[in-house]
Amino acid sequence: MTAAHPDPPTDPVVHAGLVPALSIRGLAKRFGEKIAVDGISLDVPAGSFFGIVGPNGAGKTTTLSMATGLLRPDFGTAVVHGVDVWTRPLEAKKLMGILPDGVRLFDRLTGEQLVTYAGLLRGMDKDVVAARVGELLAALDLAQDAGKLVVDYSAGMTKKIALASALIHAPRLLVLDEPFEAVDPVSASNIRSILDNYVASGGTVIVSSHVMDLVQRMCDHVAVVAGGRLLAAGTVDEVRGSASLEERFVQLVGGRSHTEGLEWLRTF
Amino acid sequence: MVAHLLRLKLTLLRNGLRRSPMQLVGLAIGGLYALGIVGALVVALVLLRRADPELARTAVVLGGSAALLGWAIIPVAVAAADMTLDPARFTTFAVPMRQLLTGLALGGLIGIPGLATVLVSLATVWTFSRGPFAAAAALAGAAIGVLSCIVLSKVVTTGTASLASSRRFKDVSAIAFMIPLVLMGPIVAGVGRGVAASTGFLPELAGTLSWTPLGAAWSLGGDVASGRPAAAAIKFLIAVATLAVLAWCWKLLLERALVTPPYAGSGSRKGGKMGLFGLLPATPAGAVTARSLTYWLRDPRYAGSLVVVPLLPILLVFQGSQSGNYGSLAFAAPLAAFLLAWSISADVSYDNTAFALHLATGVRGVADRLGRALACLALALPVVLIFAVGQCFFTGGWAELPGQVGLSLGILFTGLGLSSVVSARYTVAVPLPGDSPFKKPPGNVGQTLAVQFAGMGILGLLVLPEVGLIIAQLVTGNPLFGWINLAVGPILGLALFVTGVRLGGKWLDARGPELLAQLTINR
Repeated sequence: MTAAHPDPPTDPVVHAGLVPALSIRGLAKRFGEKIAVDGISLDVPAGSFFGIVGPNGAGKTTTLSMATGLLRPDFGTAVVHGVDVWTRPLEAKKLMGILPDGVRLFDRLTGEQLVTYAGLLRGMDKDVVAARVGELLAALDLAQDAGKLVVDYSAGMTKKIALASALIHAPRLLVLDEPFEAVDPVSASNIRSILDNYVASGGTVIVSSHVMDLVQRMCDHVAVVAGGRLLAAGTVDEVRGSASLEERFVQLVGGRSHTEGLEWLRTF
Repeated sequence: MVAHLLRLKLTLLRNGLRRSPMQLVGLAIGGLYALGIVGALVVALVLLRRADPELARTAVVLGGSAALLGWAIIPVAVAAADMTLDPARFTTFAVPMRQLLTGLALGGLIGIPGLATVLVSLATVWTFSRGPFAAAAALAGAAIGVLSCIVLSKVVTTGTASLASSRRFKDVSAIAFMIPLVLMGPIVAGVGRGVAASTGFLPELAGTLSWTPLGAAWSLGGDVASGRPAAAAIKFLIAVATLAVLAWCWKLLLERALVTPPYAGSGSRKGGKMGLFGLLPATPAGAVTARSLTYWLRDPRYAGSLVVVPLLPILLVFQGSQSGNYGSLAFAAPLAAFLLAWSISADVSYDNTAFALHLATGVRGVADRLGRALACLALALPVVLIFAVGQCFFTGGWAELPGQVGLSLGILFTGLGLSSVVSARYTVAVPLPGDSPFKKPPGNVGQTLAVQFAGMGILGLLVLPEVGLIIAQLVTGNPLFGWINLAVGPILGLALFVTGVRLGGKWLDARGPELLAQLTINR
């Protein structure tokens, strides 16, 4: 780790006078001996398309789980649109749509049933749920497979149905952990345009990813996380400066091995 | 190359054990169990050496044929084929087919079933060591027999790989396999009686089998020992031809499998069928009920217990027919109530990390608890009532009906309430979603046992009033106690049900994230 640990960003990117969509302060989590997240503070401005990037095992998923009420932090707070996630969880969860990474789904339901279930669990009206489920499945190219059990879905379809479950209640903040993993390019661009429209109409999206190109093209803000710490945060242009996001990322995170050796690979 | 494959198998086995010590314990327990069976069989085979050669031949041929059948059927039936050396994983390596076949076949011998078969087969050599020729013939027979077992099992598993990897087949076979397992007692007793009644038939059966691919290899030693070298020579040809044909089939199947990976997809299906979600109230609790009921019917881990319950009275009737006293039938309804109510004490563990959806949507704990309990109740209530009435109908003891119903409903409601509390707080090691119901994952075994025993103990205390009333009725013969029980059971039970759902809901609201963290570890 070459870069110094920036303490809670002294100049958080706050849109003039607006309450941030998500504001986390000093979040930390330890699993046994390993400190997974080591005091992360971050403000996600309302109406931003926010990317969180970091190498594998950087603590992205742990941070997002703590920010969304799925994993209780050892230290720190998370506040969504002014509502504390850990003291008023039910209110905070109404504001959020969450796509967690690496959890199972109730996969013995059909796709349609699963999204309906997510809506009904939130106490939504039956007819509203039914109408939205139809539209969501159509928008995510799942209408053809709506009646198939989720356990028989491909990996990309599973991601999409989980995304639909996160969108059903029209949340103000969407937290998507690795939303594009295993999703085919056509569906990925459909999802992107859904998310772009959502942000354009005032919603906030947080995505985690390790595909830098995608984040640079899609997001307007970005945070770089490695080793459980925040290395940089701000608008994409601020963070990357004159370099590409990928170059800046490698520079921040370090650990790039020089492409020497492997000469035999050129001898065939 | 063959040595490489064998070393690979051993390394995989060793690393699997290193990953979790519990697996080592499992292997040790399985090994001890197998050792006991193998030991008994070896002793029997050694003793058979002094017996009449015809008897020895009959026993060995029948046993050998059964082993061959077992190797073919069991891996498919329990969907538990040993896939450590799955041929599909060798597709990208250009392993010569002949060496791949040899390596995989010998690799099949490594492991408890393989070693057990080898040891028992070698013991048959001792059985027939009544002369150098007989012993040599038995040794050849054992070698051909063991190889046939392995190769037949490979033929069957390779041939059904795409079938066995389909979810539907796995689901159905797992549930269907439950039935003979539960009815093991009656089946064994029935077969035992059948065999005892037809001892004269067995040598004949063995004689016939010894001319078929199933028994030919196993009869070589016996035939030579009883002085029929010509028959033995022909059977040797049959056995070798069997092995050759099996190996050839396996080669063909493997060649095909290496270029066509198993296909488990199913056609697309348009929506519109909401199932139970359309029927039940569109509230959070109603949705949880609909989801749970769908799982009871669709997930083999739940459906398995639903299949077992109707077999309960069959077992009790069988037991009664043995002793001539059908009194134990009175346990059918309370036992079914207990089994079904207690089964949801692991409900959240069965969800596994899918429970994250409940946490993410912020559904209230009470709705979660109530939905799950109502789903179980919808299935258990009719079953328990039918069992109670059926029992009285069968034995004619209608005076017992009120007490029976009171006790059973008491156990059912109390058990559901208690389960709602238990599953809100503790996770137990259960088969993972999509796994066979028989596959207990190594997990927090200590906590699982503690939760089970403590929970059952508490349940026993909570239903003491109902149990006491039943005993009072049995002792005094006064039907009044039965009628009191009919009132006490449901009322007390419902009170505890409501308390349990509330308390469980409160705990779930407070500790949902901790519960999810525990589930993540179990994953």
